[in-house]
Amino acid sequence: MAILLLADHDNTTLSDQTAKALTAAAQIGGEIDILIAGKNASDAAAQAAKLAGVRSVIVAEADALEHRLAEPTAALIVALAEGYDTILSPATSTGKNVLPRVAALLDVMQISEVTEVVAADTFKRPIYAGNAIEVVQSTEAKRVLTIRTASFAAAGAAAAEAPVRSVEEAASGDLSRFVENILSQSDRPDLSAAKIIVSGGRALGSDQTFRDVLNPVADKLGAAVGASRAAVDAGYAPNDLQVGQTGKVVAPDLYIACGISGAIQHLAGMKDSKIIVAINTDAEAPIFQVADYGIVGDLFEVLPEMARQL
Amino acid sequence: MKVLVPVKRVIDHNVKIRVKADGSGVDLANVKMSINPFDEIAVEEAVRLKESGAASEVVAVSVGPAQAQDVLRTALAMGADRAILITAETAVEPLAVAKILKGVVEAEEPGLVILGKQAIDDDCNQTGQMLAALLGWSQGTFASGIALGDGNAKVTREVDGGLQVIEINLPAIVTADLRLNEPRYASLPNIMKAKKKPLETKSPEDFGASIARRLTVLRVEEPATRQAGVKVGNVAELLDKLKNEAGVI
Repeated sequence: MAILLLADHDNTTLSDQTAKALTAAAQIGGEIDILIAGKNASDAAAQAAKLAGVRSVIVAEADALEHRLAEPTAALIVALAEGYDTILSPATSTGKNVLPRVAALLDVMQISEVTEVVAADTFKRPIYAGNAIEVVQSTEAKRVLTIRTASFAAAGAAAAEAPVRSVEEAASGDLSRFVENILSQSDRPDLSAAKIIVSGGRALGSDQTFRDVLNPVADKLGAAVGASRAAVDAGYAPNDLQVGQTGKVVAPDLYIACGISGAIQHLAGMKDSKIIVAINTDAEAPIFQVADYGIVGDLFEVLPEMARQL
Repeated sequence: MKVLVPVKRVIDHNVKIRVKADGSGVDLANVKMSINPFDEIAVEEAVRLKESGAASEVVAVSVGPAQAQDVLRTALAMGADRAILITAETAVEPLAVAKILKGVVEAEEPGLVILGKQAIDDDCNQTGQMLAALLGWSQGTFASGIALGDGNAKVTREVDGGLQVIEINLPAIVTADLRLNEPRYASLPNIMKAKKKPLETKSPEDFGASIARRLTVLRVEEPATRQAGVKVGNVAELLDKLKNEAGVI
């Protein structure tokens, strides 16, 4: 039994999503190798080697792998697949892009967004935006899984570093090329790693007020800022802030929903938060049904007051 | 260039689903069904490509029960030229759908396949990537923009940190994210016209594909529910509770 974990990283930094997926891998059980596909990625590899429970770190470096394009990354995993009976990755945009391609090349049905490991071959995963939970068993020769990281704690540090070895890239034809990343610049914590999230809905009214009203509270709390789909669609916030069924799934210690009514698509992305606070003028808004603490009131009054008192 | 758009019939996104008491699945009886919202965005994109002259024909295809004709008629009313229904009475897994679609692609030879990034029933997010793998084609997933070039396409993708632009060789698979476009409402005359557009019925066997399941669903459960908490009167009270009761700030 051996497990190959495709790491999430940007060549210099290993994201904590990798450490969370590693916890899921450890629950499945078996020798775990972490694959770093990238370019000039020795820093990310060194960080992976320090995680607890890792047998070895495998590094593949090539121009085509610098941004983990789907075709070369999938070809690389397939070339390594023989030694593994489980291949998994955090359900990040890279994992969701690459792993189904791997699964099809291996003629295996993938299990997406695993939230609980029931047994080495049996997993729980949400369907219908989290309104039902499917318990699914795989009897395939190999299992290909993506892991919903909000459901798993990050693995700790190892006493001794795991060995790092290099492998060659696998040929995949020149099917695609990276052009550019247009990434949001922010000094705030990453949504998927934040302990506290302050999230805004369409009630914020404009991108300017979205920032002016949410940022002071987020700054005081050291929180990440999130948004509902309605706020993103309206252009008040960039797409990478979207929390929900098709955006990011988060589970912080504290989630403060401001002017968010609580559509099921949004609840799917945040209802596993430890404490939920809702601020909304509509006392009947569904968000109050999942909130631990609610204030029925105008967020334009409540949030500035909160920033003052914090 | 021909564009192929696979669409799925799913529970309408406004319906609150019910898990069956015996844990065997989700109750689909007498529930409103619609075209998967992401697939609707894919249809819109294909129709816009045709309207701009970049595409010559838009073919919608669905794998599902006989009633999946309805979602194909929706696609036809939005502007697709013709439709293919591949009938399967049981739920078909993404890998099997991808194998059937591979057969459809080999028969139809489209230059581009656009489909939704995920279906809102099983939330798998697999079919497009799997189809690309089986065909050995490039893939542009989670697209919020498509710009066709000469033998290639620039695809803007919604990724964790923001946006990523890649260039993919054609033919290719593109999966649509929410902000690729806003789908049109089909007009009544177009809905009437759609009833006369050709709709061909085939079987998975016509494409040499098996729909036997590979995974076993042991049961379907209700998710853990949260209890509604308390309403507090003011900010001071809220902060006091967050500090002293919940201990989260």
